Amino acid sequence: MKNMSKGLKRRLGLALLLVISLLISACSPTKEADVKSTTASANEPYKIGAVLDISGNSSSLGVPERDTLLMMVEKLNSEGGINGHPVDLTIMDNKSDETESVLAAKTLIEKGSLAILGASSSGTSMAMIKTVESEKVPMISLAAASSIVEPTSDRKWVFKTAQSDIVMISKIISYLKKNDLNKIAFLYMNNSYGDNGKKAITAAVKDSGISIVAEEKFDANDKDMTPQLSKVKASEAQVVIVWAIPPSASILTKNFKDVGLTIPLIHSHGVGNQKFIELAQGAADGTLLPIGKLSVAQQITDADPQKKVLESYIADYVKKYNSEPNSFGGYAWDAFNLLVSALEKAGPDREAIRGELEKTQGFVGISGVFNMSPEDHNGLKEDSAVLVKVDQGKWKLIE
Amino acid sequence: MGEQLLQLLLTGLTLGSIYSIIALTLVTTFNVTGILNLAQGEFVVIGALIAVSLQGTGMPMAVVFLVSVILVGILGGLLERLTINRARGASSLGMLIITIGLSISLRGLALLIWGTDTYSLPAFSQGGSIMIGGAALNPQSIWIFALVAVTLAGLYGFFEHTFWGKAVKASVYNQTGARLQGINLNTISLLAFVSAGGLGAAAGVSIGPITMVTYDMGFMLGVKGFVAAAIGGLSNVGGAVIGGILLGILESFSSGLISSGLKDAISIIILLGVLLIRPEGIIGAIRERKI
Repeated sequence: MKNMSKGLKRRLGLALLLVISLLISACSPTKEADVKSTTASANEPYKIGAVLDISGNSSSLGVPERDTLLMMVEKLNSEGGINGHPVDLTIMDNKSDETESVLAAKTLIEKGSLAILGASSSGTSMAMIKTVESEKVPMISLAAASSIVEPTSDRKWVFKTAQSDIVMISKIISYLKKNDLNKIAFLYMNNSYGDNGKKAITAAVKDSGISIVAEEKFDANDKDMTPQLSKVKASEAQVVIVWAIPPSASILTKNFKDVGLTIPLIHSHGVGNQKFIELAQGAADGTLLPIGKLSVAQQITDADPQKKVLESYIADYVKKYNSEPNSFGGYAWDAFNLLVSALEKAGPDREAIRGELEKTQGFVGISGVFNMSPEDHNGLKEDSAVLVKVDQGKWKLIE
Repeated sequence: MGEQLLQLLLTGLTLGSIYSIIALTLVTTFNVTGILNLAQGEFVVIGALIAVSLQGTGMPMAVVFLVSVILVGILGGLLERLTINRARGASSLGMLIITIGLSISLRGLALLIWGTDTYSLPAFSQGGSIMIGGAALNPQSIWIFALVAVTLAGLYGFFEHTFWGKAVKASVYNQTGARLQGINLNTISLLAFVSAGGLGAAAGVSIGPITMVTYDMGFMLGVKGFVAAAIGGLSNVGGAVIGGILLGILESFSSGLISSGLKDAISIIILLGVLLIRPEGIIGAIRERKI
């Protein structure tokens, strides 16, 4: 090899080309189908589909949702299905990717799904809206952002079971007011979950005497949020509010302790699973967050209308998977049962299913008591959430 | 402001230490075999994941570290025997594609064994961050720097002061000449991949406490390591370390002072810039070498 430099140049160029093409191919669509079907009845099965973030960044959401759906469909079919019709559920993994989400939704619609459950996170859910609206297929998202179901004039076919960020933010705002905290730093993930949290809080603090003195964002796969926190430290914030999901939310919580910040840290309900506490390795203690009642089911009063439903879901889940369910699984439980009760009344007709979903009243679920209307496709109010504190690695109800 | 700049610098050093160690493993294999091993990121991830599993059994961290290094070293050697060695004589493009295949297979294997969960590893030393002038430094990054330093010293000692090191260097400069001198190229290539695996695992176990571990993070780590190595000139171990630290600091400052969204774009822009303007690396280490 006489001229090493030339050979190296060529090799470098080749390597660059390959790296770029790999980057592109890493984003290209592939599918992983996870099909469950049954032969329980001679009646025509009802086909429904689910698009979940089973792998990738939001897998901590999608996996418990998948497990819950599999458990529910098995139970339903063993009990004879819906009016004698077994349910044929197809679950697809969108790998936490928007494009994959759309492709999966299209595939499910082509296969004749009556309705689609999912997706797990706000971005992947938003991506599917246009498709289900134009194909006129009911969709029940499991994600938080209120813009998934608003404005309802453009979201005729879209419903969702997770508490809207606006519900959670009003919970946080009342806490701030009670404790006289007026200057907040808001940190959020650079994706649609974070953006919607930001929109909701900006709207909520208007005319409330609370001001946002620092505002920073970070990426879902960032490994270190110290730069953002160093800005917060330099500001005069009295409290930090974070809109993110693990693992980045956990890393941020660790960094928060590391840089020596001692002001209160409030997370969103996006961290409502044990994984968040585990990954933060002890740094999560003292963190506050609004969350559905599932995580603190034993601590709520017996008078609560949800108590029974929560306990039966926990018992079923623990029996099947030998671990506690979390609020994400709860969103799936709600979506599945809302759809089942709509299917019972409407039969295999997409238009009628949509109508029944919109008429849902007093449906007691895991995330709250749902009261849908043509103007509200989420149907949950502030009473569906409670404020909890992480105390020695456990959720503790603080009100 | 001064405190914030110092904090950004320390964060940059932490990130930089991670990129350096990966760049270092890339450069070592490249120097010894002439193969750019794109599966290096996967060695890192598998090392970290094995450590996660071992750590779950209650072994002390030092043992976990060693066992993981040895296992991934064996894996590296095994893969070399099964793939690279069989394709000896293939073009460097062919070799590159083989390593891409390895990378995809290893990622698939990790997915099958460990699933999509994110795992965390305990830090090597207890206690919180070290405060320097009001800015915090993660103690784990000191461990990573120590690993970088030990690896650098080890590589230097090996290449400059041992017979085998010189044999390796000779076989890189001139394969035919080396073979005529009785140097077994076969063994050297095996050795290179064993050490790439071992070093990769060491890097993985060390960075795990900071980055957390998921089965699919190897690719992005590999890309960052590659950018760092390319900045340093791809065949210079010292350059790789400097490239990694530069990249880390640039990323930290750009996300702290400009916008966090720009971070990944910046590393790719730097890579393009370096390749277009100074393909020999900013350190300029690749000169024509004569024996």
